[in-house]
Amino acid sequence: MRIPTLTIPLVAGTLALTGCGSPDDGSSGILVAAAASLTDAFTDIGEAFAAERPDIAVTFSFAASSTLATQILEGAPADVLAAADTVTMGRLVAAGATRDDPAVFARNRLTIAVAVGNPLGITELDDLADPGPVLVMCAPEAPCGRYATTVFAGAGIEPLPDSLEENPRAVLTKVALGEADVGIVYATDVIAAGDSVDEVAIPDAMNVLADYPIALTADGPNPAGAAAFVEFVRGATGQAILERHGFTTP
Amino acid sequence: MTPERRRRRATAERLPWPAGVLAALAVAVFALPFIGLLWRVPWSRLGHVVTEATVRDALALSLRTSLLSTSITVVLGVPLAWALARIDFPGRRLVRALATLSMVLPPVVGGVALFASFGRRGLFGQLLADWFGIRIPFTTGAVVFAQTFVAMPFLVLTVEAALRQFDHRMADAARTLGAGRWTVFSRVTLPAIRPALIAGAVLAWARALGEFGATITFAGNLPGSTQTMPLAVYLALERDPEEALLISLVLIGISLTVLLGLRDRWLGEPPAVDR
Repeated sequence: MRIPTLTIPLVAGTLALTGCGSPDDGSSGILVAAAASLTDAFTDIGEAFAAERPDIAVTFSFAASSTLATQILEGAPADVLAAADTVTMGRLVAAGATRDDPAVFARNRLTIAVAVGNPLGITELDDLADPGPVLVMCAPEAPCGRYATTVFAGAGIEPLPDSLEENPRAVLTKVALGEADVGIVYATDVIAAGDSVDEVAIPDAMNVLADYPIALTADGPNPAGAAAFVEFVRGATGQAILERHGFTTP
Repeated sequence: MTPERRRRRATAERLPWPAGVLAALAVAVFALPFIGLLWRVPWSRLGHVVTEATVRDALALSLRTSLLSTSITVVLGVPLAWALARIDFPGRRLVRALATLSMVLPPVVGGVALFASFGRRGLFGQLLADWFGIRIPFTTGAVVFAQTFVAMPFLVLTVEAALRQFDHRMADAARTLGAGRWTVFSRVTLPAIRPALIAGAVLAWARALGEFGATITFAGNLPGSTQTMPLAVYLALERDPEEALLISLVLIGISLTVLLGLRDRWLGEPPAVDR
């Protein structure tokens, strides 16, 4: 029997093993916990940062923002949390688990992912109201699901989803495999998926911008190194890399 | 149990102390996480969560689908176990390996395998759609399909082992007395392997009830039609970890009740027999 709740202490333990116990001088390593949707952008930022600050080794832990927040609250020794929504970051702030006020470093917008060549000819949100296409989106428990609900409500559409996924990558997988006709995901997910899906943009007037906050954790072992990394993400190089991966920058 | 019987058992079997220590460690390995869980659970919210519509729907769906998939497992798995144990057909070892494979497959990969075979674009799913207009993914049927896929090995392996140990001279004797094959199976063999059959069915049911990875991939997650309890727990973890603990607790409580009840009634000591 699999009970996901029981795996958290285990994962936190794994993080503890991979994190570096380091002195508080900025040199040596930091552990950055980042939302899964940041995987590609932060991997690139990590490489650029390594070129500029070779003295600080950055290790990433990518997972759903909520999972990361739970791990940090359970004692995972992450130095930085970059979350995909302000609600999740708020859980850390409320628990006093952040060192500074979170800052928004990137924004993401929702988009419609369709099969390559758009065989159903989807052009707008209204096309998703029909019971025809197999529609997959994020569950309302996940940030991308909350945003999608907002977008549909704003457009006055009642979607009939066939499945509510835990994260946007799972949505994208089902579209890429051809099991779903349409998926609502982040613009960055479609870019990361490359040629396996096509995109139908949602007009800005109907769309929402998802804020991505970043903050130092209160108990992170290397606050100086963490601050240098956050500064780099919010600086010109970091912002350019984020834009290249489909993010909007503040 | 009468004091007399207890004494007799105690003298009959005494655990050497190293084995006792190891057995206690084994108990600790699976008991301690549950104790930790119980300690963490916000008990005051239990009543509130149990009456929530999504939890009730998920529980009803979990019970319905897991019982259905266990029934399918028994109906299909017992004949397979019989064939594997008693019939020397070509490719028997391959079939036995195949029957075990879904146990070792990471469940999420199991879901992708089900897509590749019975999905809309799957090898056989396409034919189902073209010929009969049947679509399996994202339906309650997909939940049962995924559960049956992962639970079947538990029943097949348990029942096969029992059939191998079964003294087939009894079946032979029945046959020489004029009983047909079916009569021998249903009146002689089946009663003899009953404890193993029930143990296998219970294992399969427990596996089906806890099934997560193949379900969330192949059946998706939609409250009311495909969101089973493990999926509800996973999703609740996104929003409210405390609620996730409470939902797991409901699942654990029900499983424990059924397992305790069944074991005592069906798998306990056989009714008093003169030895």
